[in-house]
Amino acid sequence: MSIKERMSGNEAVAYAMKQIEPDVFAAFPITPSTEIPQYFAQYVADGKVSTEFVTVESEHSSMSACMGAEAAGCRAVTATSSAGLAFMYEMLYVVASSRLPVTLACVNRALTGPININNDHSDSMGARDSGWIQIYAENNQEAYDNYLQAMRIAERADVRLPIMVCQDGFITSHAVENILLENDEKVKKFVGEYRPENYLLNSERPYAVGPYDTCPYYMEHKVQQAEAMKNAKQAILDVAADFEKTFGRSYGLIEKYKMDDAEAALVLIGSTAGTAKACIDDMRSRGMKVGLVKIRAFRPFPGEEIAAALEGVKAVAVMDKSEGFTGCGGPVYSETAAACIAMENIPVMIDVVYGLGGRDCRVEDIERVYNHLFEIISTGERGPVYIHMGQRSNEKEVL
Amino acid sequence: MAYNHKTELSKPERFAPGHRLCSGCGAGILCRAMTRALDEKDRAVIVNATGCLEVSSFLYPYTAWEDSYIHGAFENASAIASGVDAAIKMKKKKGDIEGEYKVLVIGGDGGTYDIGFQSLSGAMERGTDMTYFCYDNEAYMNTGIQRSSSTPRFASATTTPAGKVSTGKIQDKKDLTEIMAAHNIPYVAQTTYIGNLKDLHEKSHKAIYTPGAAFVNVMSPCPRGWQYPTEDLALLCKMAVETCVWPLYEVIEGQWYLNYEPKKKLPVEEFMKLQGRFRHCFKPGNEWTIEEAQAYVDKKWNRLLEKAK
Repeated sequence: MSIKERMSGNEAVAYAMKQIEPDVFAAFPITPSTEIPQYFAQYVADGKVSTEFVTVESEHSSMSACMGAEAAGCRAVTATSSAGLAFMYEMLYVVASSRLPVTLACVNRALTGPININNDHSDSMGARDSGWIQIYAENNQEAYDNYLQAMRIAERADVRLPIMVCQDGFITSHAVENILLENDEKVKKFVGEYRPENYLLNSERPYAVGPYDTCPYYMEHKVQQAEAMKNAKQAILDVAADFEKTFGRSYGLIEKYKMDDAEAALVLIGSTAGTAKACIDDMRSRGMKVGLVKIRAFRPFPGEEIAAALEGVKAVAVMDKSEGFTGCGGPVYSETAAACIAMENIPVMIDVVYGLGGRDCRVEDIERVYNHLFEIISTGERGPVYIHMGQRSNEKEVL
Repeated sequence: MAYNHKTELSKPERFAPGHRLCSGCGAGILCRAMTRALDEKDRAVIVNATGCLEVSSFLYPYTAWEDSYIHGAFENASAIASGVDAAIKMKKKKGDIEGEYKVLVIGGDGGTYDIGFQSLSGAMERGTDMTYFCYDNEAYMNTGIQRSSSTPRFASATTTPAGKVSTGKIQDKKDLTEIMAAHNIPYVAQTTYIGNLKDLHEKSHKAIYTPGAAFVNVMSPCPRGWQYPTEDLALLCKMAVETCVWPLYEVIEGQWYLNYEPKKKLPVEEFMKLQGRFRHCFKPGNEWTIEEAQAYVDKKWNRLLEKAK
């Protein structure tokens, strides 16, 4: 039986960590993820977990300590946001290429420049090519459920890649909502033990990690890493299937909401999915055929699944909660557009960059996007492709 | 047990030949010595900062290390070591480990004095059960002899070259051993490759077997950077000690101990003249550089004598 509770996203993740009881937690605070190590420190202080809690002096060191612990044969975790993730950047690549399945709770916050503590996805989107699996949550329940599934995905023998479990800063991390928690024993059994084949503290066989890799080998190693990321797709689905069997809640690479007959659709990530669903229900009650594709796994990128979900849709707005500074659209748009290129009937597609630095996105904002898509459908005019929503400017705005 | 050079050298090597360090390089001597200082039954995890040693000792698919080894990046060997230390503690709690494991961290002065300074300071402050060995060759040798905060004043490096209007590095060498002592860790030592390596061996052993954080700073000449004939390595180390440029001392639980006091302190030029990096100091008109180098060494030496009283 699940336990009914009320919790914020941060507490939900900390609670999942307590239930899993990882071997090593290397922590350095940064808003809005700080609560996770704080809750956990209290669990340590109260003797509720036996985890080695290492209070390092920076995020670069928290990721480095995770590397050392994971390579030594332990399950290592950390949590961070924004500049903290950026400070880890170098080590994200090293950990991924060393094939160490570290778990990172990423509480998404805008990257500094200028400093801003609120939510957008510029932090984890900046790390999208680092070789980490990335799974995003819509709400506290998903943050909890994704965390319970993370290690089994990452540690699988044909994957062995680190995993980032992302939730939206403040919107999800600090808002207290209803949640279903699972029983400690059931969680422990579901997650299982970490038993790597090779590790530093294996007395039978010493192990060396992190070589200088020369031209004759480097590319082979990169291809192996790329293959592992491809394999992660199936791992995510398999673990989700077992999760549903065990706990009853269903997950995939993407979530389709009222897409069967949708003419206008959004593709987006994270908590805005909840806002979009409310908007869809309202517009559907007025007979408008609107739908949503929520991306749960951004790495590996579910390109085929997204393209299949958009089959038959007339107009699509991809919603990017990070800029990307490519000059032609955000990362979710570029990848979605690329994924759709093989479709027989490619829908008209635009990119709506929104919510940067915590700019609010309300139900009526989402409705404006759908209305804009219907205008495109009725006029046949695509108009501007790369739009920033709700800009304060003297020029007439598209949205 | 009294140090016996022959007995120590007859132990099985834990840093194998076939590594690609230059002949006349100090780092390899330290790798052999620090692993020899381990009790034979004990295992080690070697944590290495990026640098000459890393690219010379673990080129995929070969490793010179008989013990487990990990390298992550340039600036974070101490943080990686913190993770390894936590893993050892956790596995001990779980009864999931056999025998004794020691965490030996090794980095050059770049990875220790400079880019790795933050993670080193953090790990020391946390009392991580590890021994940090710095092979201090006084410049960024792996990238081609650029100055570091450890480069002594007047040394010519590729980013502080001697020239028509330059006499090499402008600043004095950072005193990292003293900074480590200021962390109030249980064991700090300074040594180099002297005679039969007794000093290095004993300090390494003490450091490794002191519970908690320990730091050993080892002056490690580099034939390319210092510009000396490879066979002069031992002579250079001897001169560094006899001139008091690099005194041998320990700081144990906050108490300073001078391990060697030369009967007759030699002038600093006896050390400098052996090396091409100080060649310009001996040109007519540059006599003042040697005078100032001497004044600096005297000042530091007298302070050390005060502390070690």
